Formats: sequence, C-alpha cells, structure tokens
Amino acid sequence: MAEAQNIPVGSTTAGSIAVAAESTTATRMSAPPSFDVADFPVPHGREEEWRFTPLARLRGLHDGTAEAGGELTVQVEAPEGVTVETVDRTDARLGKAGTPVDRVAAQAYSSFEKASVVSVPKETVLTEPIRVSVHGGGGTAYGHQVFELGAFAEAVVVIDHTGDGVLAANVDYVLGDGAKLTVVSVQDWDDKAVHVAQHNALVGRDASFKSVVVTFGGDVVRLHPRVSYAGPGGEAELFGLYFTDQGQHQEHRLLVDHNVPNCKSNVAYKGALQGQDAHAVWIGDVLIQAAAEGTDSYEMNRNLVLTDGARVDSVPNLEIETGEIAGAGHASATGRFDDEQLFYLQSRGIPEDEARRLVVRGFFAELVQQIGVTDVEERLLAKIDAELEASV
Amino acid sequence: MATLEIRDLHVSVDVENGTKEILKGVDLTVKQGETHAIMGPNGSGKSTLAYSIAGHPKYTITSGTVTLDGEDVLEMSVDERARAGMFLAMQYPVEVPGVSVSNFLRTSATALRGEAPKLRTWVKEVKSAMEQLQMDPSFAERNVNEGFSGGEKKRHEILQMELMKPKIAILDETDSGLDVDALRQVSDGVNRVRETGEVGTLLITHYTRILRYIKPDFVHVFSAGKIVESGGPELADQLEAEGYEKYTKGGAAA
Repeated sequence: MAEAQNIPVGSTTAGSIAVAAESTTATRMSAPPSFDVADFPVPHGREEEWRFTPLARLRGLHDGTAEAGGELTVQVEAPEGVTVETVDRTDARLGKAGTPVDRVAAQAYSSFEKASVVSVPKETVLTEPIRVSVHGGGGTAYGHQVFELGAFAEAVVVIDHTGDGVLAANVDYVLGDGAKLTVVSVQDWDDKAVHVAQHNALVGRDASFKSVVVTFGGDVVRLHPRVSYAGPGGEAELFGLYFTDQGQHQEHRLLVDHNVPNCKSNVAYKGALQGQDAHAVWIGDVLIQAAAEGTDSYEMNRNLVLTDGARVDSVPNLEIETGEIAGAGHASATGRFDDEQLFYLQSRGIPEDEARRLVVRGFFAELVQQIGVTDVEERLLAKIDAELEASV
Repeated sequence: MATLEIRDLHVSVDVENGTKEILKGVDLTVKQGETHAIMGPNGSGKSTLAYSIAGHPKYTITSGTVTLDGEDVLEMSVDERARAGMFLAMQYPVEVPGVSVSNFLRTSATALRGEAPKLRTWVKEVKSAMEQLQMDPSFAERNVNEGFSGGEKKRHEILQMELMKPKIAILDETDSGLDVDALRQVSDGVNRVRETGEVGTLLITHYTRILRYIKPDFVHVFSAGKIVESGGPELADQLEAEGYEKYTKGGAAA
C-alpha cells in the first residue's frame, strides 16, 4: 500500500513512520500517548483512565514489576496469499495504527521482543478467515501484532485467546483504501488470566473495519479498541459482547476518533453479568473533530444484570467540535432481568433456567444478528450457548 | 376428564401503602370440553383471576385453592402449570428480543411434550397451524412479539394454543383490539381446539362480540373480585342489552 495512505489528516509524522493522531481531549488521559513506558507515571488508581480498574489484580503490568518470561503460543493459520511474518522490534510496520495511550500499553510496546505481522496484499479477497490462536501457558508475556490489508483487500480475522497467563499487548489493524476487514477477538481465558490490550485500527479511505470483541473469561480483561481514519469515506463498526461472572472484571474502553470528513462509526456493546462482584466497565468515547464534517456516529451500550452483587459502570462520551455532521448519538442502559419475559416463557412450559438462558441468548443474539458474517454469527451463537449452558 | 376447580380464591397485590385484595372469593369449576365466559367491567379482577391461576409472581394468593384433577396448582411453578396442561393466552404478551418465533415454539413444544418434536412433522404442524390463522410463513423468523401488531400478537397466542393442546385454556381478553376479520380468524383457531373436545376454555372478555364466534356453555358475571351471577348463553344476551350497571351499582354485587 502507498505510504501516503497511512498519514491521516492532522497527524504528526515522526521520521518516515506515519502515526495516527491521538487525542488527549476526549480520553482525558493523564499523559499524552507515547511508545515509551517511561513517559507514563505509575498509576495510583484515581486517574480517570484507571479509576474503575483493580490495579492490585494486574500482576504488576502497571508498575513495571511484571517481568516477561511466561509461555505464550501464537499460531496463525492463514489462507494462501497471506504473508505471516515474525519480525524484530525495529520493523517499520509496527506501531503505525496508533500510539499507546496508557502505561500498560506503553509497557507492552517497550517490552515485546518479537512481533507478528500478517499482511493481505492489495485486491486480495479471502474466502476463508485467518485464524489466530493465542494460548497462554502461565506467566507474563508482552505482545505486538499487526494486521495489514492492502487497498481493496478483504479479510476476516478470528483471534481466540485461551489458557492462563498475564498478557499485555498492542494490536494494529491497518486498512488500505477500500479494504474490508472483520476482526473477531474472543477472550475465552481461564479464570485467573489477566489480559490488557490496546487495539488500534487505522481505516483507509472508503475502507470498512468491523470489530467484534467477545469477552467471557479471565480474572481481569481490559481492552481498549480504538479507531481513527486515514481518509474520508471510512466506516467502522465496533461490536462487543461480554459475559461477566462472579469476581470477574471486564473492561472495554472504546474510542472512535473522527479526524477526517464523511466517515461513519457505529458502536454497540452488550453485556450480561451475574454473581457477586462481577464488574463490567464500558467507556465509549467518540470524538468528532472540527475537520470531520459529514460524520455519522452512534454508540450504544446495554447491560443485563442477572443477579444481585454485580456492578456495571457504563460511560458514553461524545465530544463534537463541528456542527456540520450527519448524525451523532449515544445510548446506555443497564437493566435487571425482565421478570415478565421469564413469566411468559415459563407459562409456555419452559423451565426457569432454560427460560433465563433463552432470554440472555436472545439479548446477545440481537447484536450478533447485526454482524452480517454468517460464519462468524453461527460460531458466536454456539459459543454463547456453551457459555450459558455452563453458567446460567 | 380434566377438571379445574377454583375454590374461595382470595388474591392480593402489593400497592404503595400495603396490600390490596383484588379477588374476594372466586368459585368456579371448568371441565374439559366446556367453555365458560367470564364477563365483567374493567377493574373487576378478571385478568387477576387469569394471571393468578397461571402463577404470575405479582399476585399473592391469600386463601383458597386451585386444583387440576385434584393436583394443587398453586404449589406448582409457572412452567409446571403449563406442563400440567394449563395455558394462558395473554392480553399483552411481552416481546422477547433476539428469540425467534420458531425457536420459541420448538423450545416450548419440547418442554411440554417431554422430548423434541420430530423436525419434519413439527415443521408441517407449525406451517399448517400458521396457514389456518392466515399468518405469513416469514412470521416464524421474527423475534417473539417484537414489532407485532395487536392482531399478530393475538394470532401468535392462539397459534400456541393450537400447538400446545392444553387441557385448560384461559383466554384473557383475546378479542380486545381486533378488527372483525382478525376476530373471526382468531375465534376459528380457538374453535378448532375446542372441537377436539379436549380443552376446557375460560374466556375472559369485556364485550359480548367474541361470543358470536365462540359459543359459551356457561356465562359468569364478574364484579368486584368475584362471580356474582352465573347462567347459560342467554346471560350474555342480557348483558349485551343491559350492560354491567346492574352489577356495579350495588345490587347483586353486595
């Protein structure tokens, strides 16, 4: 892809590597974005970006005490035509889609040894997904992954996270002009795993990026999916599902940075919670910069609280610097399980536990139906069924 | 033969400052094959009777009994009541987002029949029941009650009655909000089930209109939380002519 495509409007360039502009306004971060961990003070927990996160459970990822040395296996199964490389830190393709915005992301960027770069050449349309398996075998690991699509390339990437361990990582998605990328990232970790990651997508002119984040497992999962645009006409859809069980902390912090005109974004995250101290956090930041006329943006978060003792923090933020937009809105709602639905289903002979599963499945299915990739939808529904079978 | 017996049923609901008694001693026996119409003015407690029998958690039974063939219905969970053969067609059935009608019906049939119905015969069964109710096949792929019109909701309720073949069916204001065509189609559905002779029907309504299509064997007038008069179909004609005033302004309700 042409170098110019990676330079978004309003970005800064450092040497020959173009980087996406980061906003400190919308995110209210305590330090500006940086690749260097030393630029971030060790958080104490009262900072806006850390106030919901249990720092004591991050196993030292936030304060420099988590030493790499854990086992992490990354396997990439890619159809023909896709290039999969393992590269050094110095590879020029790393870090182009975004800059770490908090200390753990910067720690990951400062600490990883090898990165993987998966490239789909221009105009290549894949019929099979690229499957990535990330399996933790215990201990701490730092990672960096890059997925690059050339102009008009189309791909589906499915990333499964399983096993145990402490992982901090950055994942870059770089979409060339007119490219279409769907990424499904499933966090199906064992109960004790800790996973903190920043996902950066840089969406090219007229390109479409679709992200589906599915978080079931882990002790602490904190993900930071971020989108910015390298040219006008780009579209981003960010879907998320989480099922937060007893004692789990699952945090999704979205940012869509509308930095160029005539781009679209749609954010829809849904979560169900059950059990004592199940804690879900959803932060939805959308920034529409002064230059981003014609923007059309919507973000939505819904939570279904199944039992007492669970807690949701849901914070949508919309910051608009121009009035010349097509639309911008947000919605957030957290509700208890609807007893009327339960009564209706039970009155048709369906036992209570099955009725509950049906309602929760329906709650998620409504979102899954919007994904628009049949194979992905079916896989997700099967996963949701398995999760519900095991826990509701 | 299945028999539903309601004896001296008293039911309360929680209100802001305490509880309020809605049902004040209801006595009624419904046998398989019979059709009973319960008629009464708004607020008389007709729907409370329906939902109490079905086991809605909002209502507290303070005294009295409800038995189905001698089995204590009030001891059963909501789903157990359905599996025992009770069915409630609701006036305002709720939306269940993300759950398709076909998935819902099959899950229900599986629970009621104790095993998943064979796919081939099941598909036929649903299709023909839907055709008879003039429901478009695409209906099965929609989410339960989501965006349904009033008429579609009622058809969907009666579709379930046809598929579930209950011993006792309670129809709560199934006629409300229906135009004449829809009322006829829905009534035809109810009559198909009644003609099997295997269902006892409790038809709760405010208006006599539906009784032109579904002929009751017994008519009961409900007022202020209990049955104040019972009779044959002629009682409905009397209500049609005279209204409920006789029952609401003292008189027989006292």
